[in-house]
Amino acid sequence: MAAVDTTSMSPRRLAWTRRRRALAGHWATYRRNSQGMVGLSILTFFLLVAILGPLLVDASLLDPSQATGVPFSPPSLTYPLGTDNFGRSVLALLVEGARISLLVGFTATIGAMAIGATVGIAAGYFGGTRIDAVLNALTNWFLVIPWLVLAIALATILGPTLLNVIVVIAITSWASTARLVRAQALTVRERTYVERAKALGAGHGRIVTTHILPNVFPVIFANTVLTVALSILSETTLSILGLGDPTAISWGRIIEASFNAGALTAGYWWWLIPPGIAIVLVTLSFTMCGYALDEILNPKLRER
Amino acid sequence: MGARRYVLRKVLQAALTLFFVLTANFFMFRVMPGDPIAMLARSQRLDEEAIAEQQASYGLDKPLPQQYVFYLQQTLRGELGLSFRNARPVWDEIAARVWPTVMLVGIGTILSSAIGVWVGTKGGWNRGSRFDTSTLYGSLVLYSMPEGWLGMLLMLVFAGWLGWFPAGGYETGGMSGFARVIDVANHLVLPCVTLTLGYVGSYAIVMRSSLLEVMREGFVLTARAKGVPDRLVLRRHAGPNAFLPTFTLIFLSFGFVLGGAIIVETVFSWPGIGLLTYEAINTRDYPTIQAIFLLTSAMVIVFNLAADVTYGYLDPRVREA
Repeated sequence: MAAVDTTSMSPRRLAWTRRRRALAGHWATYRRNSQGMVGLSILTFFLLVAILGPLLVDASLLDPSQATGVPFSPPSLTYPLGTDNFGRSVLALLVEGARISLLVGFTATIGAMAIGATVGIAAGYFGGTRIDAVLNALTNWFLVIPWLVLAIALATILGPTLLNVIVVIAITSWASTARLVRAQALTVRERTYVERAKALGAGHGRIVTTHILPNVFPVIFANTVLTVALSILSETTLSILGLGDPTAISWGRIIEASFNAGALTAGYWWWLIPPGIAIVLVTLSFTMCGYALDEILNPKLRER
Repeated sequence: MGARRYVLRKVLQAALTLFFVLTANFFMFRVMPGDPIAMLARSQRLDEEAIAEQQASYGLDKPLPQQYVFYLQQTLRGELGLSFRNARPVWDEIAARVWPTVMLVGIGTILSSAIGVWVGTKGGWNRGSRFDTSTLYGSLVLYSMPEGWLGMLLMLVFAGWLGWFPAGGYETGGMSGFARVIDVANHLVLPCVTLTLGYVGSYAIVMRSSLLEVMREGFVLTARAKGVPDRLVLRRHAGPNAFLPTFTLIFLSFGFVLGGAIIVETVFSWPGIGLLTYEAINTRDYPTIQAIFLLTSAMVIVFNLAADVTYGYLDPRVREA
């Protein structure tokens, strides 16, 4: 790469050039990680299915009253994965499920990250004060409590809608992020550039947004990817327990529907097995991507 | 810090956590529309006297802070209210379901931790071997599996197609003595295998990475330099030190195993606390859910305390932190 004339650039452009270069460097490292690349390709496939889903599968295919197939028919040429109790194509349900499950996974993770980062940064930035003590106790409480039982209690109170499922997952899964962020914020706070910013008169808000947040981000990035995997698993568990949104077709809800329709005793394997395999593939690929990112962004691990 | 102060601090922390659980439990279920007695009366036909008695036990005519104090007193006395499903005391409902869950969670924890530690040790010690890579990927796949679905899969194959095990339930019925024990054990196999497979992966991964860390320590090098045979380096030096973090994880993940038991019991109709939870969800039986949240949290808090105290005893360094 040719040397860039740094003297004539504005500080902002300089920063962006630096960031772009760092990103390109990370991507080059990531591409060498075969596990990470396998995970990323599986993920891309499912993301495409989720995004293009409404184009591939017409809404009428998902409407129980407009189903055309014979209920409970095993895989055939017209229905590659058979049909469900209404005679809907299981393949069409799977495509719709990709959209809902990934939507829940991502939005719940965004919620969890928002809570976790806010609590973690506040606790770390005010480390040692009473604010830190209270937030730390709160974080520990959420870490100790059996998450599923808390999720069940919250979900039964809030009622079964997709938004509530997302909220419940976010509330029960932010604590480990907060702990990670707090530890990182505690060390960043002691750096000289923070002291310099303080000496120049920067307020809490400015220090947090321009100095703490960017330095905390790499730590939670890999954690974010792993949280998406956990959120999708959580949605499945809540759905199987009957706490999912009855009107939304997620992979977990397909499993629940097949279970409640007696798929196990009647042997409707084509209805039960595919959604589970989809969940395993997606969570596995998120986990693989997360591990690869962890290796790149937290290089101390790389020697292992 | 002295050992006694360390234990005392941990006990205080546990008590505070439990207090938070009680408080959350009260306010979470009080923000709902409608008061608990109206809901109980709607779902169950109760006579005037029973309703009045319940009303008094909740203190619903008083302001919220007083209700809260009332609730604390009642709970500490072991009064958990009446179930919305059948108007029986929640306490009796739960007591009848404890034993199956203890069996399931107990055996599941013992099996998954024993197998996980063995697999993780063997893999980590021979890092990069075929055993290591295959078990590592196996652990990752198991970790990515929704437990409920894994249980259904096992049931489909081993109960439905092969017919080796019964498809759920606690016992066939009409048996006594030794035959009954065998029958119950037969019903327990698939739920136990599901629960074990659900947690063996994470234990193996933690044991492996903790062993890899210990293997870089100076004392392992010293042992090797002294000419200690490979097998003994593992058994006497690396193994015990690597086991410490895994040991805490096993205790700390008790809450997760309980969660797993809820879903496994639901799938296999295993009549424990988990199935009770499922039934309570389906009937919107709030007092039962409240009580289960309280009791399982208390159990988990006690286990955490036990883990902290034993860990402090096994590894005196953490007492300083």
